[in-house]
Amino acid sequence: MRRGEIITAGILALLSIYMMYKSTELEIGYITGEGPGGGAWPFWLSAIMLICTVFIAINWARRTSPPSQSTEPMLDSYGLKMLFLVGGGIAAFIGLSSIISMYGGIFVFLLYYLRFLGRHTWTLTMTLSTLVPIVFFFFFEALMRITLPKGWSFTEPLFNWLNNFIY
Amino acid sequence: MEILGLLSDGFLLAMQPLNLLLIIVGVTLGLFIGAMPGLGSVNGVAILLPITFLVPPNSAIIFLAAIYYGAMYGGAISSITLGIPGASTAVATTFDGRPLAMKGRASLALVTAAVASFIGGTVSNIFFTAFAPPLASVALSFGNPEIFALMLLAFATFVGLGGDDIPKTIFSICIGLVFAAVGYDEISGAPRLIFFDISGFLHGINFLVLAIGVYGIGEMLWTIDSTRGKITSTEAKFSIKGVTADAKEALQRGWKGTTIGSLIGFFVGILPAAGATPGSLMSYGVAKMLSKNPKEYGQGHPDGVAAPEAANNSASTGSMLPMLTLGIPGSPTTAILLGGMVIWGLTPGPRLFVDQSEFVWGLIGSFYVSNFFALVVNLAFIPVFIWMLRMPFTILAPMIFVLSVVGGYAATRDMHDVWLMLIFGIGAFFLRKLDYPVAPAVLAIVLGPIAEPTLRQSLLLSSGDPMIFFNRPIAGPITVIAIILILLPLFKFAWNKFRRTGGNLPAQQG
Repeated sequence: MRRGEIITAGILALLSIYMMYKSTELEIGYITGEGPGGGAWPFWLSAIMLICTVFIAINWARRTSPPSQSTEPMLDSYGLKMLFLVGGGIAAFIGLSSIISMYGGIFVFLLYYLRFLGRHTWTLTMTLSTLVPIVFFFFFEALMRITLPKGWSFTEPLFNWLNNFIY
Repeated sequence: MEILGLLSDGFLLAMQPLNLLLIIVGVTLGLFIGAMPGLGSVNGVAILLPITFLVPPNSAIIFLAAIYYGAMYGGAISSITLGIPGASTAVATTFDGRPLAMKGRASLALVTAAVASFIGGTVSNIFFTAFAPPLASVALSFGNPEIFALMLLAFATFVGLGGDDIPKTIFSICIGLVFAAVGYDEISGAPRLIFFDISGFLHGINFLVLAIGVYGIGEMLWTIDSTRGKITSTEAKFSIKGVTADAKEALQRGWKGTTIGSLIGFFVGILPAAGATPGSLMSYGVAKMLSKNPKEYGQGHPDGVAAPEAANNSASTGSMLPMLTLGIPGSPTTAILLGGMVIWGLTPGPRLFVDQSEFVWGLIGSFYVSNFFALVVNLAFIPVFIWMLRMPFTILAPMIFVLSVVGGYAATRDMHDVWLMLIFGIGAFFLRKLDYPVAPAVLAIVLGPIAEPTLRQSLLLSSGDPMIFFNRPIAGPITVIAIILILLPLFKFAWNKFRRTGGNLPAQQG
C-alpha cells in the first residue's frame, strides 16, 4: 500500500500537469472587458491539485497517512483476479453492446456473472438473463422512449419483431 | 385568513377524482423513474408532458408536480438499496444511506428518507403558502457573487470538517470541478479540456457518469475485494411493527438533519439556477458540521439520510416559487413545467396569483396532497425495495453493474460516456483503497457548472476585483464563513501543536 500511495500521487501529479497544459489552450489570465479567460478556472484548480499531490507526498514521506504506514499490498492475488474477472466482464459487456446490442450485452453479461462467477443454477441464470433484457427493452423503448444501442445490422430482425409489440 | 380560504379551495380542486387519480399515478410513476439510475424527475416530466395535453391545464400541472414529487422520493431508493444515486438530488443520500443498508438497516434508511422527505415537503409547502411573493423578491437579491459565495460555502463544509486527509479532500474537490469544466466554455464557446482530442469530451462529462462510475462500479469492486467475495446478502428485515419503530427512530435520530434540510433546502431551492441538488449537498455538509459526532457521518447516521432527503423535497417546492412568481425556473424540471404552462396559455409572473388564482391555489393544494400520497406510496413499496436487498449478492452485484451501464448510457446516449464511467469506477476503486474521499469529487462535478460562471461573471462585474465577494451585504458574511471553514483544519492543527508545546513547558521547567 505504501508504494501504491506514492505511485498514485505521482500519476495524479502528472494528470494535474497535463490538465494545466490543456487549460492553457484558452486564456488563463484576466481579459479586460471579458473577465477571466476560459482556461483560468481549470488551470488554477489543476495547480491546486498539483500542490495537493506535493502535500500527499510529504505526508507519505513523514508516514502520517494510514496507507503510507501499511505493509499490505495494494492489490493481492485475490484483488487482481477479482479486478480481471469482474472489471474485465464489465468491459466485455460494454464492448459487446456495440456489436450484439446493449440488450444482448446484458444477456451475455448476466449469463457469465450468474453462472460462472455466482455459480447459480442454469434455470435461475437463464430466467434472469432472458427476462432482464426483455423488461429493460419495453421499459426504455416503449415507456421512456429512450433507444439503447442495437448493435450491428444482424440484430435487426429480432428488434423489428419486438417493436411489433410496441407500435 | 384569506390565504386559508384560497388554500382550502385549492385542496378541494386537488381532491377532485380526476386530479386525485393523476396525483396517485404521478407519484407512483415518479417514484420508479426517480429510483432508476440515470433517470430523474426531469426525464419523467419531459417524457410525460405531451400526455398532459389530454387533460385540463389545472390537472396537467398537478400531474407533473406529482411526478416531480414522486421522483424526489424515488431518488433515495437506489441510493440506499443499490448505492447508486438515482438522480443528482440523491447523491448525498448515498453517503449514509448505503452504509445503513449494508449494516442491515435498510428499512431504517428508507423510512428515514420517506419521513424526512415528507417533513421537508410539508415545511416548504407552508413557507410557500405563507410567504410566496416576499420570498420571491429575496431570491432576486441573490446575484452571481451571492450564489458563488454559497457554492464556496458548500465546498468549505466538506473541507473544514476534518476527519479525512485534507490534501486528498481538496484534490478530490478540484478534480471534480475540473471535470465539470470539460466541454465547451460557456462564455467564449471555445472547446476546452478535450483530453487526447477525443471528440466524446466535447459534450462535457455528465455528473452521472462520474457518480455511477464511483458508486455503481467503484464501490461494488471495493465491496467484493474487501469482503473477499464472502458477502452473500445484507440482512435487511421488514415488518409493519419494524417500520413503525423505524419511523420513531427516524424522528428521534434524524430530527436535526430533517430540520436543517427542510430550511436550507427551501432557501437554496428558491434561488434561481440553484435547485435541489446544491440544497441537498449543502444540508448534508451543514448537518455534519453542526453534529456533535461528525465522524459518524458516512458510517450510516440517520441524520445523514434525513438532511439531504428533507432538503431535496423542500427545494423541489422552493424551486416552484421563482417559476410561478417571477417566471424564472429554479431547476431543469421547473424549466419544463414553465414550458408546459406557456403552452397551456398561462403566463407565469406576479400577475399569475391574481389572474389565475384558481390555477395557482389548485397547484399549491396539490403540493400538500402529492406530498402525502408520495409518503404513503413510498412506505407501501418499502417491502419490495427490502426484498431486492435480500437477494444473494451474486445476483444483486451483476444487476447493479447492468443498471450502472444502462443508466450511464441513458443519461447522455453516448458509448464514450459508458467507457468513461468504467474508467472512473476502476479509478475510484484504487483511490478508495488509498483513503481518497471520492464523495467531494461528485459534489464538485454537480456544483461546478454553477460555481464557474457565477465566479467569472462576478469578476467581470467588478473588473477583476475579488472584493466583490466581501463587500456585499449577503455575499460578504457567507464568503467569510466559508473561508473560516476552509482554514479550520489549519487552526485545529496550530491549536493542537500549541497545546502540545504548552503542555510540555511546565514539565521542562519543573
